[in-house]
Order: sequence, then C-alpha cells, then structure tokens
Amino acid sequence: MNTDILNIKRKRRSQAITFGLFRVLSYMVILILLVILGFIIYNGAGSISWNFLTGYPEDGMTKGGIFPAIVGTICLIIGSMVFAFPIGIMSGIYINEYAGNNWIVKFIRIMTNNLGAIPSIVFGLFGMALFVNYLGFGDSILAGSLTLGLLVLPVVIRTTEEALKAIPDSFRTGSLALGASKLQTIRHVILPMAFPNIITGLILSVGRVSGETAPILFTAAAYFLPRLPHSIFDQVMALPYHLYVISTSGTNIEASKSIAYGTALVLIVIVLLINILANFLRKYFGNKVKMN
Amino acid sequence: MIKLEAKGVDFYYSDFHALKNINMQIESNTVVAFIGPSGCGKSTFLRLFNRMNDLIDGTRLRGQCLVDGKDIYDKNVYVDELRTKVGMVFQKPNPFPKSIYENVAYGLRVNGVKDEKLIAQRIEESLRSAALWDEVKDKLKKSAFELSGGQQQRLCIARALAISPSVLLMDEPASALDPISTAKIEELIYSLKKNYTIVIVTHNMQQAARVSDKTGFFLLGELIEYNDTKKIFLNPDKEATQNYITGRFG
Repeated sequence: MNTDILNIKRKRRSQAITFGLFRVLSYMVILILLVILGFIIYNGAGSISWNFLTGYPEDGMTKGGIFPAIVGTICLIIGSMVFAFPIGIMSGIYINEYAGNNWIVKFIRIMTNNLGAIPSIVFGLFGMALFVNYLGFGDSILAGSLTLGLLVLPVVIRTTEEALKAIPDSFRTGSLALGASKLQTIRHVILPMAFPNIITGLILSVGRVSGETAPILFTAAAYFLPRLPHSIFDQVMALPYHLYVISTSGTNIEASKSIAYGTALVLIVIVLLINILANFLRKYFGNKVKMN
Repeated sequence: MIKLEAKGVDFYYSDFHALKNINMQIESNTVVAFIGPSGCGKSTFLRLFNRMNDLIDGTRLRGQCLVDGKDIYDKNVYVDELRTKVGMVFQKPNPFPKSIYENVAYGLRVNGVKDEKLIAQRIEESLRSAALWDEVKDKLKKSAFELSGGQQQRLCIARALAISPSVLLMDEPASALDPISTAKIEELIYSLKKNYTIVIVTHNMQQAARVSDKTGFFLLGELIEYNDTKKIFLNPDKEATQNYITGRFG
C-alpha cells in the first residue's frame, strides 16, 4: 500500500496539542485550589490557638474564640444528616429498584432535579415560612437542619440512584433466581455493593451543608450567642454565618479580620476532615465488598 | 413422568411476537438442549419456567406453562417458591460479592434456613455435586471473585443446587468459558441428570449433541422440531433443522 497518502505526522501533532492543552487546564485547577488554600492558611493560621478553638467571642467579636460557631455548625450538619439521609436514600432505592419506569417516576426525577436547581436563599425563605413561622419551631437548630436537609435531599437521592444504577442487573437476577425477594436482594446484595458510592454522595452533601449560609440565615443562625445551645429548639452560631457577619457587619471589621480568616480556615479543615473520613469509609466498605 | 410442559405458549415483548404457539413436554431426569440462531426465542422460552421474564416490562404470555402438572402462572403460585424448585444458571458467571461459603449459603438463608450445621452440610454437598469442593474446600471464606471464570460458573451451579431444586435451567452456561472449563461443566451436567431435570440453551451444536437426550430447534419464535438428540443431529425431519445443524445458516 502506498503510505504517501497517509498523514501520520499531522495526527500525532494534533493529539499532542490537544492533550497538552488539557494538561495545562487541569494543572490550572490545582493551582487555583492551592492559591485559595494558601491564602486562607497564610492569613488564618496566625489566629488559630487553643483559646480560639475552645473560647467564646469577646469584645464585640474582635477577640476571643469561635467555639459556639463550631458547635453550631456540627449540630446543623448532624441535624440535616439525620433528616436528609434516611429520606434521600430510601427515595433513591424506591425510584431505582421498585418504581419501574412509568410517568410517576419520571415526574419524581424531574422534580428532584428541579429541587436541586433552586437557589439556596429560596430554601432559606421557605424554611423560615414553614418551619420557623408556620410550624412554630422559631429560629432553631431544628428549623435550620430541616432547611439544610431539604437543600441536600436532591443530591442524596441522585447519588443513591446513580450508585444503584451502576450495579449490573446480573446480580439482581442472580439473587431473584434463588428465590430471594426483591427486598432481600436489595438488602443483602445490591446495597452492600452500592454503599461505597452512596457514601461519596452523602459526604459531598455534608460538605455543602457545612458551608451554606443562605438557608440558615433566617432559620437557625444567631448573630452572637455567648453560650452553647441547650436543645434543638435553640438558636446557634454557625461558622459560615459567623464569617459573613464579622466580615460585613461586625462591630469592627478591620479588627476582626484575622478572626475571619481563622474561621474560614477552621471551616475548610472541618470539611476536609469529613472528606478524609468519607474516603476512609468508602475504602473500608469497598474492601469488604470486593468487586473484582 | 412429565416435569415441564408448555401448552400453546405465545409470548410478546410489547409488540414483538417472540414465541409462537409452542407445545413441548420435558420428562424428568433428562437433559434437553434448545438450539437455534440468536433471537429465535429459545432463551425467552427457557426463562418462562422460572418466571424470569416477569422482570421485563411490557411482556405478555398466552397459553400455559406447567411444572409438575401445575400452571406456574396461576394467581396462587408464589414466584419465590417456584424459583426454589426451578433453579437457574446464567450465561455469565454472576457470583455475589461475598465469600465462596456465603454465596452457596445465600439461597438457604434468604429462604429462612437458620441451622448453621445444616447450612454447612448443604454447602459441602452442593459444592461436591458441582465438582468444585476439592478446589475450594481450603478457602471457603475467600471472596468468590478470586475464583477463575470456570470455577465461578460451577460455584453458581452449586449455589443453585444448594436449595434442592428439581429443575435446573441453564442459559448458555459455558459460552463465556474456555474449553477446559466447558468440558468440566458438560461432565457436570451429565452427572447431575440423575437427580435433576436440566434444560440447557446453547449455541454450541457439539455441546448439545454431547450432553442432551433431547433437542429442540427454534427458529423465529417457533419450535421447528423437538426430538431425540440423535435423531435431530443424524436425521432431522425438517429441512430447516438440517440446514441449521450443518451450518448453512444461523
């Protein structure tokens, strides 16, 4: 065959250029992340101390610690998980395993996606109207957790669904062919296999919850609270809201700058720790359920 | 004794008429092979007998499928109970992501067997019947995924045997395996005939000829010919059968 008509050089060149571009762009993502992290650490590390982590705000929030805000954020994370995880996971299982493929399921799916597209401030307003006022929970951990839970529900449902969809049907038919019921099949074969991936989705949602300000603005967050919450009907301080407050409307914005960076750093570290925990859990369950 | 029977079976996937007026009787303790080109309906027909087609949306059945003389599509029949009597082995080995031991125990556990001693005993018996015991007896707690493809398929057979079915449906059980594993599966089928009625779908003509007592030839949703395997392969009545087994189409 006459090789003159082939242009192999051009093929190689266009490939080198394309992947070179992809490489540069992906490195840029890492660079941006590192710059943000570096900036926060550089400005915030100085204010981190034992007193900062375990103390209460002092002098109009220009000195002292952020302990109530840390506790508040953790309360809100746990509260929203308790609400969103069971409902979200069960909905995901229902949609993917039980409901078949009729118009109701399609409708639920569209609605779930739309729910995920609603701006978080709208959730905040809705939470205030429903939980705070109508149901009378007041500004509280309960109202904030429910609002945040609603916010992440679509993420939890979606990831559960996707994780289940990734399990080949041969495992379902294999189990059913042995006389197992659908519920047994899900409980003993499908869920254990999907679990590592479900966990990933759950953690992403926790990361989102811990960083959201708008939904708790009208439902849970206190401007300043010199004590820890006593019950789920108490208001709390929260890290993202605290950060917002001392950077925009504090008593002395200049003086609280280092506290603001310190708060941001703590928030990032909490999210990071949760992610590490998630990865650990995923590996742990992934090893328990060897796929190959 | 007649184990499985189809009476005037028509089957539809939505608008597609997949099986056309199938009548067939399968006797106890025989091996029956279904052959025919892809899409001829032989797997669909096989899956009628443990109601696996129920899992597919938009399917319709007319006619009767009987196991031990009882219509298995009757309202009073529990599907899960039927499936403990009519076991199935699939084309691709599909062990669960569990240990070898738990794979075989699964069918017993989901059907309410709690006695661990009995379970252990059934596991050994099933693995022996599936000619796998000697290869795995020292690593029962290891993941089933560590086994080779052929071993995995025999594990799936052992898994099906553990709940003591009387019928074993095999949907191209050796098509994903190498020749040595295939030979082992075929030997196994031969030895299982004593205690089970076996129906096997295969694309491998030699395999059908080697393992089966009777063979059914399917074409375009119809059962063209069903007779003793010897007769089908040496002197078939229909020209279509002759053409297929000699490789003139398919």
